[in-house]
Amino acid sequence: MIMSPTETWSPAQPIVSLHGVHKSFGTFEVLKGIDIDVMKGEVVCIIGPSGSGKSTLIRTINGLTPVSKGSVKVEGIEVHDAGLDKLALRRKVGIVFQQYNLFPHRTVLQNVMMAPLLVLKENRKEVEARARALLEKVKLRDKEEAYPAELSGGQQQRVAIARSLCMRPDVMLFDEVTAALDPETVKEVLVTIKDLAGDGMTCMLVTHEMGFAREISDRVYFTDAGRIVESGPPSQIFDKPQDPRTREFLSKVL
Amino acid sequence: MLDLIAPFFERLNDTTGLNFSPFYDSYDWGRLLEGMWVSIKLITAIIAVSLVIGVVGAGAQTSRVRPVRWLVAAYIEVFRNTPPIVQLLFFYFGLGAITPQVDMGGWYEPMIGSFGWAVIAIGIFGGSYNVEIFRSGIEAVPDSTKEAAESLGFSQFKIFVYITLPLAVRICLPALTNNIVSLAKTSSLAYVIAVPEITYSLSGIWSDSVNVPEMMVLLFLYYIVLVAIIARIMSVIEHRLALPGYGQ
Amino acid sequence: MIPNWKVSRVTWRAPVLAAGLCLAAALAATAQDGGAARPSALASLVIWMPFILKGFGLNLLMSVLAMGFATVMGVILGFMQISPVALIRVPARLVTHLFRNSPWLVILFAIMLLVPFQMTLPGVGRVMIPDWVKATFGFALPVMANISEILRGAVLSIPSGQWESAESLAFTRGQTLRHVILPQCIRRMLPPWMNWYALLTLMTPMAAILGVDEALGNTQAAMEAAGARPEFLIPFYLFLMTIFFVFIYPLSVYTRRLEKRFAVAS
Repeated sequence: MIMSPTETWSPAQPIVSLHGVHKSFGTFEVLKGIDIDVMKGEVVCIIGPSGSGKSTLIRTINGLTPVSKGSVKVEGIEVHDAGLDKLALRRKVGIVFQQYNLFPHRTVLQNVMMAPLLVLKENRKEVEARARALLEKVKLRDKEEAYPAELSGGQQQRVAIARSLCMRPDVMLFDEVTAALDPETVKEVLVTIKDLAGDGMTCMLVTHEMGFAREISDRVYFTDAGRIVESGPPSQIFDKPQDPRTREFLSKVL
Repeated sequence: MLDLIAPFFERLNDTTGLNFSPFYDSYDWGRLLEGMWVSIKLITAIIAVSLVIGVVGAGAQTSRVRPVRWLVAAYIEVFRNTPPIVQLLFFYFGLGAITPQVDMGGWYEPMIGSFGWAVIAIGIFGGSYNVEIFRSGIEAVPDSTKEAAESLGFSQFKIFVYITLPLAVRICLPALTNNIVSLAKTSSLAYVIAVPEITYSLSGIWSDSVNVPEMMVLLFLYYIVLVAIIARIMSVIEHRLALPGYGQ
Repeated sequence: MIPNWKVSRVTWRAPVLAAGLCLAAALAATAQDGGAARPSALASLVIWMPFILKGFGLNLLMSVLAMGFATVMGVILGFMQISPVALIRVPARLVTHLFRNSPWLVILFAIMLLVPFQMTLPGVGRVMIPDWVKATFGFALPVMANISEILRGAVLSIPSGQWESAESLAFTRGQTLRHVILPQCIRRMLPPWMNWYALLTLMTPMAAILGVDEALGNTQAAMEAAGARPEFLIPFYLFLMTIFFVFIYPLSVYTRRLEKRFAVAS
């Protein structure tokens, strides 16, 4: 009998681990060999200029974008294995998108409850209690009967976070979640993410909010042209960047 | 009901010569009611068949198996580019001739009668439009929404049933309304294979009572009211399905 | 009426498959004969083909005449529908509504049965109206109503800024319509106009119900004359469908291309 890879993984090992990840769209190579290890409870930010492959990178982790070469492991499960149990992976990894992508035909509460009910077939009462608690946490209890189109961008994004959390993931991915928001609603979303990180959730963020990245991260990765140029604790990346490309980028955005 | 209106229409016939025979003659009254009832049954069945074909066909068009997609494409092109009346005759006479007969205890009856063939033929004709309508609705559902569902662990089937279909139906409802109205009108074609729907039964009345203009008025009135009712039902559905703040 | 589709994938495969199906069915029908002394169904069909095609000529004639009439009347009716004068607008709306919402067959019956078969014209005397002319008129009416509605929709879709700028240049309402609005509408109207022509052509075999000797009427007459055998039904009707398909399919492919091009352009 082949042992399931999950059983070989222990919390002392990286929860997410990318090795030599390459990705091409046609002849265009977006990722040219990425290595990242994330430990349980860590908060990791990926920064870099537009088009450097940050979003592609984060989307390989829950299997939305298949890699061309290399290995992506979550809790020891090889994501890009042909025989992968996708459901098992998606229970472990939640993702929040730039455009929220809520289901427009369901209310806020239904959006949050839908996956646990339909996919995990959990008990409705339990799911409902959990969903309400999560909406409380993102401060949207009073909007549970509203439809997504009735909410502001920031509110929709917080619902999207609650929706992902209701699957009780071990890792949360955030793909430029504040990029589409009005400036005044950015903060409420960032506060939500910060609370989440404070609770010990493993988080990986692609973000343009440098101040936030500096404040929240355990480790920052700077990517450019499909490669990791430099990585380290935020104090090092932001205050003493080593690579000229990092310095140039930071001088433009800070 | 007939007792109530009969004296008026009888007098109308005597004084002005306007002969609305179904409104005083109980035999013609029966034919009118029967015609309306068969017409409504026919339209309902045709719409149901065409909707099922539309959903299944649109699903099949996304199939990974190429011949399946070709078959659906060929079906659409054949039925949209040939005369519906010939399609109906082909089904009724052509295929009707080779379908088995059912033993009714001594005598034989065709397994599918003229009503059945009308439902099949016109339903398939209407379905060829519905496939395209549903497909355009399905294509209009953003990939990002489906991707979000995929990230939450939805299987492809669950994405189709719970996300794509509900959104696609809302998107294609106006086009669907047009086609349903058009199908309701096309149901009158069943006249040519003697399905006793409204056009057929009124034509029976006008050839017996020689009151073509009066029956023609009834026929036009029937269809205008019918179209208005269908349009009303569809707008109620559209209203019910409308999502607050969405698509405005 | 025909909703506006997005362009579907137009391929050579659909007609090839359709032709293949026709051929297979025809062969299957021939196989039923079992080598009797009588001519096979397919052989009978070949004998009667010219007769059926001659009937199809009348379908084409009816469709072209009806379309011409429907276009002229539809445009006039459409302009009446957007008239600021209620006395013109309201009757035009009613006529449009009546003929858009009634089945083709019912309109055809009304014309065939209510229009007299002969008329007395001043100076000419008695004139017989052949059935196919009446049928042509019957087919034109629903198309007329729909063209009227298409025109109304197209005019309404022109931004009000066009009207205002024309007015500020001292154009009259008629001049604005003629020189500013209508040219912009024609492009929008062309694909639905062609769709309606195709649909009209597909409806013309209904004239057979009322005894017009067009393709369907001739097909039925041919089957009768050839011995009225049941194995005729499938190949003869398939042949009839094929004639229409061969004529209409290229037209609808072209219409979809136009739709696509206009959709990209706007």
